[in-house]
Amino acid sequence: MDGQQSVRPVGPVVIDIENITKDYVLGEEIVRALRGVTLQIRRNEYLAIMGPSGSGKSTLMNMLGCLDTPTAGRYEFNGRNVKEMDDDELAAIRNREIGFVFQTFNLLPRATSLRNVELPLIYAGVDPETREERATQALVDVGLGDRVNHKPNELSGGQRQRVAIARALVNNPSIILADEPTGNLDSKTGEEIMGLLEDLYQRGNTIILVTHERDIAVNARRTIHLRDGVIESDHAGFIPELDLETVSTR
Amino acid sequence: MKRFLYELEESWKIAAAQMRSNMTRSTLTALGVIIGIIAVTLMGTAVNGIGIGFDKSMSVLGDDVLYVTQWPWKPVDDWWNYRDRKRIETEYAEKINRVIGATPNSNLIVAVPTSSLMRSIRYAGNAVDNVFTLGTTSDFPLTSTIDCKEGRFFNEIESREGAQVVVIGYDVADALFPSESPIGKIVVINGQLFKVIGVNARQGTFLGLFSWDSMVAVPLTAFNKYFSSKSASDLRPGGSSTESDVRVKVKDKKKLNEAKDELTGIMRRARGLPPEKKDDFSINEQQAFKSTLDPVKNTIAIAGLFITGLALFVGAIGIMNITFVSVKERTKEIGTRKALGARRRTILLQFLIESTSLCLLGGFIGLIIAYFMCFGIGKAFPSFPIQFSLGLVLASMIVSVLTGLVSGFAPAWSASRLDPVAALRYE
Repeated sequence: MDGQQSVRPVGPVVIDIENITKDYVLGEEIVRALRGVTLQIRRNEYLAIMGPSGSGKSTLMNMLGCLDTPTAGRYEFNGRNVKEMDDDELAAIRNREIGFVFQTFNLLPRATSLRNVELPLIYAGVDPETREERATQALVDVGLGDRVNHKPNELSGGQRQRVAIARALVNNPSIILADEPTGNLDSKTGEEIMGLLEDLYQRGNTIILVTHERDIAVNARRTIHLRDGVIESDHAGFIPELDLETVSTR
Repeated sequence: MKRFLYELEESWKIAAAQMRSNMTRSTLTALGVIIGIIAVTLMGTAVNGIGIGFDKSMSVLGDDVLYVTQWPWKPVDDWWNYRDRKRIETEYAEKINRVIGATPNSNLIVAVPTSSLMRSIRYAGNAVDNVFTLGTTSDFPLTSTIDCKEGRFFNEIESREGAQVVVIGYDVADALFPSESPIGKIVVINGQLFKVIGVNARQGTFLGLFSWDSMVAVPLTAFNKYFSSKSASDLRPGGSSTESDVRVKVKDKKKLNEAKDELTGIMRRARGLPPEKKDDFSINEQQAFKSTLDPVKNTIAIAGLFITGLALFVGAIGIMNITFVSVKERTKEIGTRKALGARRRTILLQFLIESTSLCLLGGFIGLIIAYFMCFGIGKAFPSFPIQFSLGLVLASMIVSVLTGLVSGFAPAWSASRLDPVAALRYE
């Protein structure tokens, strides 16, 4: 726990990783992408994961996002053992607990903003009226209340990423996992998106940001540097005043 | 359950959007299924039609009638054992009827003698050669589904007295009297004058099997008097000889075997056969004929459906191919959906519905085209046995859905098993 001494505990532990490793077989070679990572992430943290390419950053993100399971080690998500889960259980965790924001937005091209945002709710089995209501609210929350029936090709890059963020938010996940969310945007739009993430953080969301850009990472309150599959450093950034009352109700 | 419905609805939407946005591709792929379904459906209608024509021909024989004949109605290897059998005489009918009358609990109702010959018929300038000319009694309609479109069958008095009256088949009437009613007209059969008193309703033919359409019937007494094969005209080369048999109507078709036994006994007595001798006649029923022809019918059906099924199979391969392409193209989308919580089943369902709706659409279009083709064929060749039925519509829809499911399964399965990390990274 040494590395986390400097981090101010914000809420209950959401992600608890202990000494996880991940090996890939690539041809005849075994790539050891993660070589023992121990990490705790608490509710309402704003964490940046940094590292050069090949550092295991993406692999760690896939683990955190329950897209993949570790080769060895312990991973508990809200106290549930992820390592033992099958594909469908992982899908359920991704659906309810994790909101993904991708570098390339990953919207369905032929669906309206509303339908894109509704998608996680469909997989969660939410009825159509509630679905529409919640999806619309999520779009309003990211400032796209007037773009509900637009398709992705009718939206700007920033707007598309906002739709993606609305989609990530709509199921009230425990964490929002943003992978280079500004990578495909110009710097001004990127700043807007970072502003939106800051806003979401202020409203009590837990945000994990994966990036290799310092300028983006400075927005986070805690930064982890990965190198060669291990955590090189884990420092606290600036922690703003928080109304812990509102945090605990999230 | 609810979630399943939502996922189903979502899958339908995606499938529809997918088909719309890939119009050309979907159309071309569906074309394979369309052609397959047309082929199978048309074959189905033909098989149906053959079956119906077959049954129609069979119903002429009647399922509650026993036929006493010299030759059995099945192929025989030892034909020499049959050719020297004594002829079946029409007089046996009277003997049988007498026995029936004297037996209180007889399983038989009535025996009707028939004799037949090929004869030519003339009326005014029109002539029809080689008409199946039947001599029988007024009880004949009891043993056969015969119904007069115009006029009537001859009555008991005409039958007994050998009146020169004739009931003609539909095709015969059509040939001799193209533009007038045949009733009451006098036709010439074998140099003798006969008055037309009835015309049979059209029955249709199947493979030239029994049909009253090309036949005429006269009272047996008149038949024997004028056309008996002993008469001089049949000693000429080319003259056909008289074929006689006796038809016996059975009281209860469930007791056909008992009736058969009874009839065998009567016939043996009539023939004067001592107990040690084998029967020198055959008693036949519709069923025997059916069991000889059924394999033929079934072979046609199986071979035909198999060959046309190949066309559908090619269509199915097209669907499989396009679904594989679709999965490949949308690998990233599958990754995204998985990241958002789509389970394996969801993805499987999505692509199955895509392939199935494409097949179903193709099947539906194919069915409509097949319907109009059937209609056209029916108009152009009225005698061609073709029958469109609701069962066929349902069957081809089910076949379409199955084709979609089967051909979509492999691609959909591979999509559902995609590793989300690899799928998301796919460009």
